Amino acid sequence: MSLLAPTSQVCSWTQALDDPASLATYVANGGYQALRRVVTEQMPGDAIIAELKTSALRGRGGAGFPTGLKWSFMPRAFPGDKYIVCNSDEGEPGTFKDRDILRYNPHQLIEGMAIAGYVLGAKVGYNYIHGEIFEIYDIFERALKEAREAGYLGDNLFGTDFCFQLHAHHGYGAYICGEETALLESIEGKKGQPRFKPPFPASFGLYGKPTTINNTETLASVPWIMQHGGQAFLELGKPNNGGAKLFSISGHVNKPGNYEVPLGTPFSELLQMAGGVRSGHQLKAVIPGGSSAPVLPAGIMMDCTMDFDSIAKAGSMLGSGAVIVMDETVCMVRALERLSYFYFEESCGQCTPCREGTGWMYRVIHRIEHGQGRPEDMDLLNSVAGHIGGHTICALGDAAAMPVQSFLKHFGHEFEHHIEHKRCMV
Amino acid sequence: MATLNIEIDGRALQVESGDTIMDAANQAGITIPHFCYHKKLSIAANCRMCLVQVEKAPKPLPACATPVTDGMKVHTRSEYAIDAQKSVMEFLLINHPLDCPICDQGGECTLQDLAVGYGGSSSRYQEVKRVVREKNLGPLIATDMTRCIHCTRCIRFGQEIAGVMELGMPGRGEHAEVMPFLENQVASELSGNVIDLCPVGALTSKPFRYTARTWELSRRASISPHDSLGSNLEVHVKDNRVMRVLPRENEDVNECWLADRDRFSYEGLNTPERLTQPMVKQDGQWVETTWQAALEHVADKLKSIPAGQIGALSTPYRPAEELFLLQKLMRGLGSGNVDHRLRQSDFSLDDKAHGGFWLGMPVTYMSRLDRMLVVGSNLRKDHPLMAHRIRESVRWHGQLNMINAHEDEFLGKVHAKRIVAPSQLATSLAGVCRALAELKNMPVPGIAAHGAVDDTARKMAESISGGSQGATDRGRAVFLGNMAQHHPGYSQIHALAQEVARLAGASFGVLGEAANSVGAVAVGAIPICGPLGQPAIKGLNAWQMLAQPLRAYLLLGVEAELDTHDPVSAMASIDAAEFVVVMSPYKGKSLDYADVLLPIAPWTETSGTFVNTEGRIQSFSAVVKPLGETRPAWKVLRVLGNLLGLAGFDHNDSKEVLRDALGETPTGSVQAFLSNEVGSVAAALPQPGDGLERVAEVPIYQTDAVVRRSPSLQMTQDAALPVARMHSRLIARLGLQENGRVSVRQTASALTLKVQRDDLLPDTCVRIPSGHPLTAGLGPMFGPITAEPV
Repeated sequence: MSLLAPTSQVCSWTQALDDPASLATYVANGGYQALRRVVTEQMPGDAIIAELKTSALRGRGGAGFPTGLKWSFMPRAFPGDKYIVCNSDEGEPGTFKDRDILRYNPHQLIEGMAIAGYVLGAKVGYNYIHGEIFEIYDIFERALKEAREAGYLGDNLFGTDFCFQLHAHHGYGAYICGEETALLESIEGKKGQPRFKPPFPASFGLYGKPTTINNTETLASVPWIMQHGGQAFLELGKPNNGGAKLFSISGHVNKPGNYEVPLGTPFSELLQMAGGVRSGHQLKAVIPGGSSAPVLPAGIMMDCTMDFDSIAKAGSMLGSGAVIVMDETVCMVRALERLSYFYFEESCGQCTPCREGTGWMYRVIHRIEHGQGRPEDMDLLNSVAGHIGGHTICALGDAAAMPVQSFLKHFGHEFEHHIEHKRCMV
Repeated sequence: MATLNIEIDGRALQVESGDTIMDAANQAGITIPHFCYHKKLSIAANCRMCLVQVEKAPKPLPACATPVTDGMKVHTRSEYAIDAQKSVMEFLLINHPLDCPICDQGGECTLQDLAVGYGGSSSRYQEVKRVVREKNLGPLIATDMTRCIHCTRCIRFGQEIAGVMELGMPGRGEHAEVMPFLENQVASELSGNVIDLCPVGALTSKPFRYTARTWELSRRASISPHDSLGSNLEVHVKDNRVMRVLPRENEDVNECWLADRDRFSYEGLNTPERLTQPMVKQDGQWVETTWQAALEHVADKLKSIPAGQIGALSTPYRPAEELFLLQKLMRGLGSGNVDHRLRQSDFSLDDKAHGGFWLGMPVTYMSRLDRMLVVGSNLRKDHPLMAHRIRESVRWHGQLNMINAHEDEFLGKVHAKRIVAPSQLATSLAGVCRALAELKNMPVPGIAAHGAVDDTARKMAESISGGSQGATDRGRAVFLGNMAQHHPGYSQIHALAQEVARLAGASFGVLGEAANSVGAVAVGAIPICGPLGQPAIKGLNAWQMLAQPLRAYLLLGVEAELDTHDPVSAMASIDAAEFVVVMSPYKGKSLDYADVLLPIAPWTETSGTFVNTEGRIQSFSAVVKPLGETRPAWKVLRVLGNLLGLAGFDHNDSKEVLRDALGETPTGSVQAFLSNEVGSVAAALPQPGDGLERVAEVPIYQTDAVVRRSPSLQMTQDAALPVARMHSRLIARLGLQENGRVSVRQTASALTLKVQRDDLLPDTCVRIPSGHPLTAGLGPMFGPITAEPV
């Protein structure tokens, strides 16, 4: 495995090697070649953005926004400071892929960020790392040190006038800081609360300067694309869904873990890779893209391929690629209670619908789970969720509402049973 | 700015690009419900109450934060919009207590009002409601934090207007609570504004709490009698009693804000210390009497004393009509012994001034100045809302330079500052003046010849002469503060500042000390000229009148032991006088030294006029009836004039008095009279400083008789007992202990004070406030002082 061959292991190829996080391993396998070429050949930024557009690389953090398009929003000619920020604050329940990139392949992210800095005219970058992963933070800091010492970060890289400084920033573990503008506030030393948009970070970002924020996996995919071309990346996946993606599979499978497969891989295949549903049990439901994504029943899920468009068509989101597998032993009321508690606990409290509504939903679901549900509760939950979604400053409101709505839609009968019989169906 | 065509609720509108939907709706008179939006604060978009429908938008958008785009079609009252607004209201109400009947905000509560339109008649929320622990925000602001709807207006006010973030919102989600970071730490001199800003009953006025319902109150316009801004007030009255004071919006003066001093001083109006009956001292005993008898007694006595042996003193906190009649009375008697500048000590500009000193520009310009030099001012405490305007200038990238004898946190960026002993104030300014002349290749003005140029002086000179052109809006300005005016070398400082302003091409202004500092001079309550500078009988100034005893004193609203530059010599003179008439709303210390006490109305009980520091003439009416036998002072003086047989005391109302003083067109006359220009002043070499100097400021809540009697203001940190502040080097040199005690002495008896370390002071100074009963026995505000261990 190396970065030299266009395999489908875009970000996870170092895992099979000895000392995977080291600079030596990375460089020996083709690392930093793309950066060197881009910088020394003074490759035009437009060409790189065009390559990204060709690749159909879409944001790996959850929203799936086309990366080339996002980079093109940046006022690259703006004379003042600009920033590139990497969002490694993966806090979405079920998601644990970015930490593996930082643990096993930090240099590919560093190279991707340096290329981004080159294209976007940012001299400084920040990598905001989730507050609850300490060892991985240290690994990334070590990688930064190596890269600086080897001249891949710093002033006048490769003898050109391109300068790029990269810093790691350790968060404190708040889920909301994964929201890009809350993340910026947090880097600035303020309370992590999302900003109202517009203005978007591309015009008013970190310290009020134009800023591009990408997910770890997104930025780490950039060197691969620069190495093998956008077309190769696109062909790895399927149209409008270029490349391969890391899926964090958790729940009732035999071999939970991260699996990198080309976009468009059938879900059934992915499930097989994870060893299938634990023995003797039936697949009941899957949350395909992290806890915020609507849940899908087994029947619908087994017909899906793992890519943005297919999952969206099925009524959910590919999100961050966190696949939460549930078998028939799962009480959906209890599962939703746990999920809604998470959003209740993680709401930043800034805007009204989310601050007040997440607690309301959790308390009602908690009542139902504990045998105190009322017949009108399901309508109430649907109504409250509908009033949170789309009414808030950031997407946490939607993230809190969608599980509730989808659980009620697909598994309403379990809630009815709970309310009527004061006990669990399963 | 491009003009955009948009449509709101079917009405075609033309708006500027950059406006928000809320701006556009406001211009068109369309009301969009909101809580967190406030025109003077940054946009938060967190309450979500202003969600509206925008065609082609996938979700409802907040009107306060959404910029208009060409062709935008907005519906604020469509079913879709109303559904969004009602859902937000439901969320706001689920955890809001239903305690309107016992909530002080009831009747003037935005949440209550909007709940009528957008709330349901019953709640679908059947769970436990949130309860939030109370916070202690000090003596002025009462809290009921369970009612808080987290709009963050109070937090943004602190950060953006008051300049200090004393409130914040720690905690997440339902645990997010507005709180002070330290208990009882809301100490800003503008803190009371959060009461007005709070759209619910979470923050209410502590002094007003539970005393009246809003619908029982009559709202009457008035003008604040404290600082020289002349904030416009809305006084709320019930049963002939002032219950509370709120700001009356005037964009040119106080905007929609009010300093705490203006807001809470009303408590001093209703104290038991009020004098409500004329009183005469007979054989050392105070006897209540009638107005007739008291005034006849005064007239008889005054007739028996040569006019030159009578001194009439007042304060710039009294209305112009009273000050005018006081000087008219004195000049009618044949004496020019009248003055109101009790804290001034250098009067040598009196025969050099070309008019009345003033701000030199409209107050509104102070918000948009590019370069500023402020000399001898405790800006925040002396002029809270003008300090806010200067902070606004600084936020607009204006540069503020300061020369002062002490440093209190300005709460904004200071470009360059110089903190020197009072005796060095003029020298420092001369240094700037000299640096400026060198910078501009101009001859050094004679008065600045002794100035020493150093880096700071050069930095200030470059700053004040730089920036945009002109001495107007977005221009440059040099201001003199209260300390400069009280300074024994005021004439030097004024003349130097005038030269600095001239060399820099800056506007030059004097920040008036009190509500009527400009008006008092304009109506002739000074010993050198009559109204509007007309020639009149000259007499002794305040300092001369108090330096050695006259036979009689007429004190109008004066508390001589607190209001004077040197209370020791003032009280010695007054005690030695054979006849002292005190006209005052309060008894106070005057019971000890007066012979006649005449109860006169505070500003709420009389009509009158204050001329603010920009020359704005603001007349006001009484808002309540005078208490007891209290009478408006202009009526008392008119009757006294008649009893003394003087001509021209036949005014029927205060308007006639004002016309008598300032003519038919007072605004024009006053504007024409105002000038900060002074004739040439000879340079005085600085006194070589040996020994310690006193630095004295008048604390914000000791400025005048009403404020001193406001119990709530007296409980604030700003009203703490005076201490002796010293540099740690001085503390060590004198063998003192920080927080220990020190014995200080000026011209009179020694006083023991607590030592407080203040490393921002020059190490040759002891800072002890004046205007406080505890320190009244020390001596003058400036000058030598000794300090030794107790």
